[in-house]
Amino acid sequence: MENREMICINCPLGCSLSVSIDGDNIKVSGNTCPRGEKYAIAEVTHPTRTLTTTVRVANRSGSFVAVKTKNPISKEKLFDAMRIVNAATVTAPVHAGDVIIADMLGESDLIATADKE
Amino acid sequence: MLSYDLVIVGGGPAGMAAAVSAHDNGTENILIIERDDSLGGILRQCIHNGFGLHRFGEELTGPEYAARYRKMVMERNIPFVCNTMVLSIEDTDNGKVVTAMNSDRGVFTLDAQAIVLAMGCRERPRGALNIPGTRPAGIYTAGTAQRYVNIKGMMPGKNIVILGSGDIGLIMARRMTLEGANVKAVCELMPYSGGLNRNIVQCLKDFNIPLLLSHTVAQIHGNERVTGVTIAEVDEKFRVIPEKSQYIECDTLLLSCGLLPENELTQAAGIDLDMITGGASVNQNRQTSKNGIFSAGNVLHVHDLVDYVSEEAELAGRSASEYIKRGAVDKKIVKTVSVGKAGGIRYTVPQRIDIYDENDDVKVYFRVGAVMNDVTLTVKADGEVVSGQKKRKMAPGEMEYAVVKKAVLDTMPDAIDIEIVK
Repeated sequence: MENREMICINCPLGCSLSVSIDGDNIKVSGNTCPRGEKYAIAEVTHPTRTLTTTVRVANRSGSFVAVKTKNPISKEKLFDAMRIVNAATVTAPVHAGDVIIADMLGESDLIATADKE
Repeated sequence: MLSYDLVIVGGGPAGMAAAVSAHDNGTENILIIERDDSLGGILRQCIHNGFGLHRFGEELTGPEYAARYRKMVMERNIPFVCNTMVLSIEDTDNGKVVTAMNSDRGVFTLDAQAIVLAMGCRERPRGALNIPGTRPAGIYTAGTAQRYVNIKGMMPGKNIVILGSGDIGLIMARRMTLEGANVKAVCELMPYSGGLNRNIVQCLKDFNIPLLLSHTVAQIHGNERVTGVTIAEVDEKFRVIPEKSQYIECDTLLLSCGLLPENELTQAAGIDLDMITGGASVNQNRQTSKNGIFSAGNVLHVHDLVDYVSEEAELAGRSASEYIKRGAVDKKIVKTVSVGKAGGIRYTVPQRIDIYDENDDVKVYFRVGAVMNDVTLTVKADGEVVSGQKKRKMAPGEMEYAVVKKAVLDTMPDAIDIEIVK
């Protein structure tokens, strides 16, 4: 059995979580909401993060649009994702919610979070 | 002269929320004045997520959060002007006068029955930190670096040291790392971080960036460009310990050393300021020392979460609207008590409570001066404890509040104190 202490990153409360791992049996305490438990289990099995960054707008000189992965992606793929995003460009107009890269790394769509007319 | 019921200075999250709530409370003749080229304030460059969990029950990025409020402003056709700087606010016998300027109209004046101050805050710059050393290029506040990276797509440097562990510094540590920079260390003068726990985890630990507590930058090196910094541990009085210093080679120093409410207009208008918050001193309706002038958001006191900025600004907007409806007069006050603080509370907002014939619950927000564990947060009226709440942990980086109940205020106490008891 293994015990781990961690801080939940779901919201700014930052609850201190205790996780005990006994094979497939994972117990979480210290969380104040169900998302804390979900986070702790993911963190010891398959940690994920939402990536937020920017993409160059090809037809607007020196202009960038903010983007995010629609769903959290594997933590270890963050830098692979950054390489893909930084090689990509987008053509304005772009609107928040538009898919910029579909099914990136087989994990999530990359979507715009701001408008660029 | 143009005449408005309500003029709102600043079109960031506070200004937009104040406008929407004043409008929804029946005030339609509103003008928002914004100095940047569009509404949204600092949220426009905060492309990371984590905004809106309290307000909208979902995790939004800064631009998405701003867009929600911008949409509410647009749907209500609330007038706003951008690229316009307010130069002064005067409270005269014939009403309130706002003087502003822009490139279309030059200098112009507006009449207002009420004003909401929502100018936000700015970062503490190097000049306010007294860091010894040369004055090379490559020293930026974290927010300036954020604007370069997120809006202009430019990297301020490759090898970075960050002084201060405020949230913007932590966020930028991750952002620069993702963009290929090498963030060598985050130094924090205090023995604890001023940033949110979640940011220490997901911005530093995720990328193995060291957080050096009780450390500061003792010297900046470089002539044309930063070539390195000497960092050092500090003692309990924040004095550098020379034996515990080391040189770090870097080309960029980012500063994330606190935010200062931007109150030049407030001060020039003769409004009383709280020396600790750096913002106006207000009652529970967020009215300043001048009737009809309200203040909300980071210009009043620096918040951790934009969600609370919106909440506070809605209160200020609603209060301004009520003031206008009463014909620009204040509600009849039975007595005013200043909120006392004890047991390690640094400041409270509001600083005073106006007690009326009919009262409402009052949320008193505060920050503590040091990390505290297992304490009781009490509210006292005339020296008697009227409510208590156990707290597992309180930290300076996290704003807390205590509620003074309507029933307590209705007893017309002469003193209200918020006290933390071990």
